[in-house]
Amino acid sequence: MSSKRRASKAEHIRRVLATEGDAVAANTQGFNRGRYDSVADLEDYEGLKEEARAIKEDAIERLPDLVDELRDAVEANGGTLYLADDAEDANEYVREVVADVDGERVVKSKSMTTEELELNDALGADGVDVVETDLGEWVLQVADEAPSHIVAPAIHKSRESIAALFNERFDPDEELETAEDLTLFAREKLGEQIADADVGVTGANFVTADSGTMALVTSEGNARKTVTATDTHVAVAGVEKVIPSVEDLRPFVELIGRSGTGQDITSYLSLLTPPVGSPTLDFQTDEVGSPDDREFHLVLVDNGRMAMREDDDLRETLYCIRCSACSNSCANFQQVGGHAFGGETYSGGIATGWEAGVEGLDTAKEFNDLCTGCSRCVNACPVGIDIPWINTVVRDRANRSQRGGDLDWLVEGLTPDEEPAGVDVQKRVFGNFETLAKLGSAFAPVSNWVAGSSVAGAAMERVLGIDDRRDLPTFERESLKSWAEGRPDVANPDREVVLFPDLYTNYMDVDRGKAAVRALEALGADVTVADECASGRAPLSQGMVATAREKAERVADDLLPYVEAGKDVVVVEPSDHAIFQREYERLLDEDDHEALAANSYEVFEYVYGLLENGASETSLATGDGHEVAYHGHCQQRTLGVDTYTVAVLDRLGFDVATSDVECCGMAGSFGYKQEYYDVSVAVGEELADQFSTDETGDREVVASGTSCLDQLDDLLDRPSKHPIELVAPRPHGRAE
Amino acid sequence: MSTTAGDPPVDRFLDRLADFDVSHTVTTPGGVADAVADVADDPAVGVPLPDGLGELPASVTTDPSPSELEAAATGVTHADLGVADYGSLALPATADGVEPVSLYGDHHVAVVAAENVVPGMPAALSELGDRFRADGDSVVLATGPSATADMGALVQGAHGPKTVHAVVVQR
Repeated sequence: MSSKRRASKAEHIRRVLATEGDAVAANTQGFNRGRYDSVADLEDYEGLKEEARAIKEDAIERLPDLVDELRDAVEANGGTLYLADDAEDANEYVREVVADVDGERVVKSKSMTTEELELNDALGADGVDVVETDLGEWVLQVADEAPSHIVAPAIHKSRESIAALFNERFDPDEELETAEDLTLFAREKLGEQIADADVGVTGANFVTADSGTMALVTSEGNARKTVTATDTHVAVAGVEKVIPSVEDLRPFVELIGRSGTGQDITSYLSLLTPPVGSPTLDFQTDEVGSPDDREFHLVLVDNGRMAMREDDDLRETLYCIRCSACSNSCANFQQVGGHAFGGETYSGGIATGWEAGVEGLDTAKEFNDLCTGCSRCVNACPVGIDIPWINTVVRDRANRSQRGGDLDWLVEGLTPDEEPAGVDVQKRVFGNFETLAKLGSAFAPVSNWVAGSSVAGAAMERVLGIDDRRDLPTFERESLKSWAEGRPDVANPDREVVLFPDLYTNYMDVDRGKAAVRALEALGADVTVADECASGRAPLSQGMVATAREKAERVADDLLPYVEAGKDVVVVEPSDHAIFQREYERLLDEDDHEALAANSYEVFEYVYGLLENGASETSLATGDGHEVAYHGHCQQRTLGVDTYTVAVLDRLGFDVATSDVECCGMAGSFGYKQEYYDVSVAVGEELADQFSTDETGDREVVASGTSCLDQLDDLLDRPSKHPIELVAPRPHGRAE
Repeated sequence: MSTTAGDPPVDRFLDRLADFDVSHTVTTPGGVADAVADVADDPAVGVPLPDGLGELPASVTTDPSPSELEAAATGVTHADLGVADYGSLALPATADGVEPVSLYGDHHVAVVAAENVVPGMPAALSELGDRFRADGDSVVLATGPSATADMGALVQGAHGPKTVHAVVVQR
């Protein structure tokens, strides 16, 4: 990416933040809180998610057969099923249906799939009057704007801006002001349009092959009116919406509202086996007719989906039920919404999969970097899609689709990676952080003086797109590995530990590594520091999968012999602990991944285990009520291991307050990138604000992740540290 | 199996109706006409109740025309099922118009037999699945009034009813 492109991207994000950020943040964060509350009421949330996932896996596997079964059911009910190859094919079919009934007006309920097809434009070109009846969609139709959220399309608009829009456009007798005013006005206006309409177009959240029943999840009642008030019903849905049976709807019905907007259930779940059995309504003649006069067309859209089904990495995207949990739980999305974090149609984390499959890589790569891999969407997704992995794979494909650039010669020597020429220079430098860290440490402190100089800062911003407003990490001359070589063994240890010295701990935040070693030794564990320190997290986050795999294999070669010898692997950096647990499943042989994942522990998880198994807490520092503010790392929270830090601090007598933001916004290299600096800081300020209240403002700040600490140091006036430095016994003796 | 108020699914159903802002009356078939009359605002339209579920009061117009539907303050229908876990009412798409009558008025009154309250979604979908496969029926599971948050705040009463009342009939 050229520096000019970076600057224009940064400018676009700044504009979205300024104009839409507040409304998007208030709405998405409200949905996200609602999700936590609503799923907590379920007796077996995890079980329901697993059931939903299994149904989708099976349905996509058997999709061609299910479509055949569905066709038979729809035809037996008196409807037709059309399987459209692409957008043009689908639009052509709907245009013919509308023309056949001399349709002059089409009313629609909300459908992302028709947005994907741009059906409104196709019908409009025939002179058909197309009216969106979902209130949010109608606001956007009036304003001529695109949806910013897949469930609540006008989430970026405030009440005030909608009132201004309506007052200006419709000039009502009385000025509209409250949400009630606006809703009533829209209901009346749209009610007239629905009464006169000839064709009703809906989407479908699910379609059951056994009976030809479609499920529509709505709240306003506009979909009910769209179907009831028109004689001809056209339902348009992606072909992936087919599931085997009515009974299979169960987990989805219970999860979709909770996962999306935090509602236990939405007002209306329409289970329609069309043509529906309600009488027809003719508002012109004021007559009621026979249900037999109703007509139904189901249009199932391929448009790239059957190819996604054959794609091992994109296939999971087809399990998506479009609930929006991945958008609402995403710290970046919470700030910018779908107008920055979205493509042609879809937005949020899963949009990368949809846009790559439906539109192509060029569209997906425009916004894909806004996924930092924080993984907070993974547990929120009701069908367990590994959304960060889809983003990583698409980034990798986008990297490989680039042509070689003019600056390749500059970074070639610094980037001994597995990637082809053409990968963005900024991504390559961050992806090869291991090389930089080794050099930085070897030449410290000179390397720190150079990197900190204004000349270097300006050059790095221009060439690499590293934002000059960020302080660069400072390298230590003595690595953790060299320090540890001089330490005596623990006599008669209770446990034997191999500590993975991640890049940050080994070369930059060496003190936290020393603290970890001292704490573990004090609890009776003998500690060896491993040789390898690059987990592959850095290249993986740049979409450099082959390079990440090569690092993962080196780490496995280094650590697995220790594991086989009965040692436990302990990791200080949460993002590296998480890569062992999660992403290595994709990078290593199954056996190697399982052995490493089962035997590696985040440092506080391990400390907790030692204390639970009888190690004496008196060998650690005591809290004595010392007040701390703790921010757990996003990936650590996804794995549920942040709780161990809080439990240990509690047990040692610290008074702990915790943050509840999804992510700090720094995310490794993300916050350093010039084009994302503003969104990174917007995310980080939510965290900084939580640690600047009357209750938290004087507390000592601790955080588990290197990135979190970098972000907190940049945004708070007081310093922060890793919590292991609070609890480790004070250093003594020469070797310390 | 007979189910009455006091049995777990019905109690849970009544609690959940309240969670979703749906008021209720518990009565017998003989009390249905009065119970409906008490909560129905004029003009009211309705669909004749299935046998054994009681009668509509005389003030309720049946077989409404489209203009009567649009003008109605209240729509009175039966519901085939109640779903206890969610306080949902299953409104069938019948030839006599349960769907439009339950949809167009500002106030919907749904009459449901206590014995037709099922504990949760698995039971409801199993019963509905058999019907959909056999008869091609359509049903709306309605929970609370229609609602929108698209205008900058939550508003009850979007395109559908603003308020809902359930009459639970013990036989």
